[in-house]
Amino acid sequence: MAILEIENLTKKFGHVAALSNVTLSIRDGEITSLIGPNGAGKTTIYNVVTGKFPPTSGRIIFKGEDITGLPSFTVWRKGISRSFQITNVFKTLTVLENIRTALIVHLGKSLQFFKPIDHYDDLYEKTLHILKLIGLEDKKDLPCQEISHGDMRIVEVGIALASEPELIFLDEPTAGMNPEETRRMVDLIKELFETTGTTFFITEHDMNVVFSVSNRIIVLNYGEILADGTPEEIHQNEDVKRAYLGGVEK
Amino acid sequence: MRFLGLLRANSWVLVLAAFLLIVPFLFPSLAFINIVSEILIMALFAVSLNLLIGYTGFVSFGHAAFFAVGSYTVGIMLQRLSASLPLAIPLALLCGMILSGIVALVIGYFCTRLTAIYFAFLTLAFSQIIYALIIKWESFTGGDQGLVGGIPRPPINLFGLSIDMTSPFSLYVLIVVAVCVSFLIIKIIIDSPFGWIIRAIRDNSERMNFLGINVRRYTIIVIVISGIFTGLAGGLIALHVSGSYPDHAFWTKSAEPIFMIMVGGMKVFAGPILGAIIVTELSAHLSSYIGLWGLIFGAFLVVFLMISRQGILDVLALKTGLIKKLKL
Repeated sequence: MAILEIENLTKKFGHVAALSNVTLSIRDGEITSLIGPNGAGKTTIYNVVTGKFPPTSGRIIFKGEDITGLPSFTVWRKGISRSFQITNVFKTLTVLENIRTALIVHLGKSLQFFKPIDHYDDLYEKTLHILKLIGLEDKKDLPCQEISHGDMRIVEVGIALASEPELIFLDEPTAGMNPEETRRMVDLIKELFETTGTTFFITEHDMNVVFSVSNRIIVLNYGEILADGTPEEIHQNEDVKRAYLGGVEK
Repeated sequence: MRFLGLLRANSWVLVLAAFLLIVPFLFPSLAFINIVSEILIMALFAVSLNLLIGYTGFVSFGHAAFFAVGSYTVGIMLQRLSASLPLAIPLALLCGMILSGIVALVIGYFCTRLTAIYFAFLTLAFSQIIYALIIKWESFTGGDQGLVGGIPRPPINLFGLSIDMTSPFSLYVLIVVAVCVSFLIIKIIIDSPFGWIIRAIRDNSERMNFLGINVRRYTIIVIVISGIFTGLAGGLIALHVSGSYPDHAFWTKSAEPIFMIMVGGMKVFAGPILGAIIVTELSAHLSSYIGLWGLIFGAFLVVFLMISRQGILDVLALKTGLIKKLKL
């Protein structure tokens, strides 16, 4: 079943069409990857769906509900969460506080003014649970600006994941990571997928990562869909080979 | 019970209040209570503003607007209808806070449509509107003379007791209690989930939009809370100097708490309080001796910020765990 349907989505910046007539759907309970060369429009799809800016035309349907053009904070409340390509964490806050911030909103406590934050047991337990899940329990008290880039990327995913979204977008989760950190991220994504059952929609430039985690791959080229299928099918696809995979024969 | 718990967690407020209440009775000195009153009022002003600057990451150059609304509300109410009310002073202070809160809501609504630097410009513009209103509306505000002739301080009648407010000591007690209670409330808000949401907005407001937070709405709430307590500070200054003056709305008044925050520190609750002590104390003692006081203070500020890049308590907080332990 499709959890997210994007119909005829077009986004123009001035005269440049970043997306033209893109139609795709994400199936519930799968890891779908979106790949394509730089400038293909991957991040634009993310930004339009998560409400950073409205599309020029087209519709976005999430669980049967039209969410086109809703502001980001409303899209989040519907159950779509995202991480960012450029690390976008709360730098002066500690790892624990970063995760906790997402949970404050998720548990509906963001307008509580008078009870000290450390008196909310459920908040603390859930935060610890997420920290365990992402494996950063031992670094929980370090400010985010003092941890490694790889750990920061993981915090980034943890923040997006904390609210138990139904659909999570990961924008280049391994950007700037060394091979060791990349392996950790891949393991984490697989583990999160198995334990939480969340639907993942991932963009990624590292083809090894894409082919190892995805159930399904969508190839985007110059704002249009070039191919859509299982990793097996994509690997065999002549169009994709020509346009994109060409150089990286394994 | 819960309130007692909150008090225990912030016991330093009690210590501060007790200390301030005991000292003048041990060493009665009018000069002392005058300077302490002024420091406390400016400290409340700075702490309220820091809720916006230090904790939410928005700089307001127009907080004098709220200070003046508080000051003029208290001044006008007490001059015109003080005799008829049993609780005239507390009532006037409360009205000053409510009115400042409403003005903050209006100003906040418009200013938060813009981001960062234009937000700061617009707050400045709004405060100059309030200033112009005070100057022009002479029949109501006394124009550029201000509310002259003194502000009466009728007794506070409570539970059959009549507390005489004309003595400087009773006014001092009122100021200490009002400011310390405000410190406590603001500190409690900072430690709450809401307080942590606004810190996250300061660090990364864009990300908060993608975590279900309508950043603009939360910023307006902070401006209103900040405006309410700034209004109280304004009301207290009217009582303290026995008058309300256009000066309370002028843009230089908005700059004073900013200096205090810069000197004392913005990431620690007590930072602006320390800043208020230093700046008020220095200007009170030095300005009478040195004609070019402003020049010296400016130079001091430049050198200080070049060296430390942060307020005094920010530096201390980084270097020692003491401030965290004391829960300042």
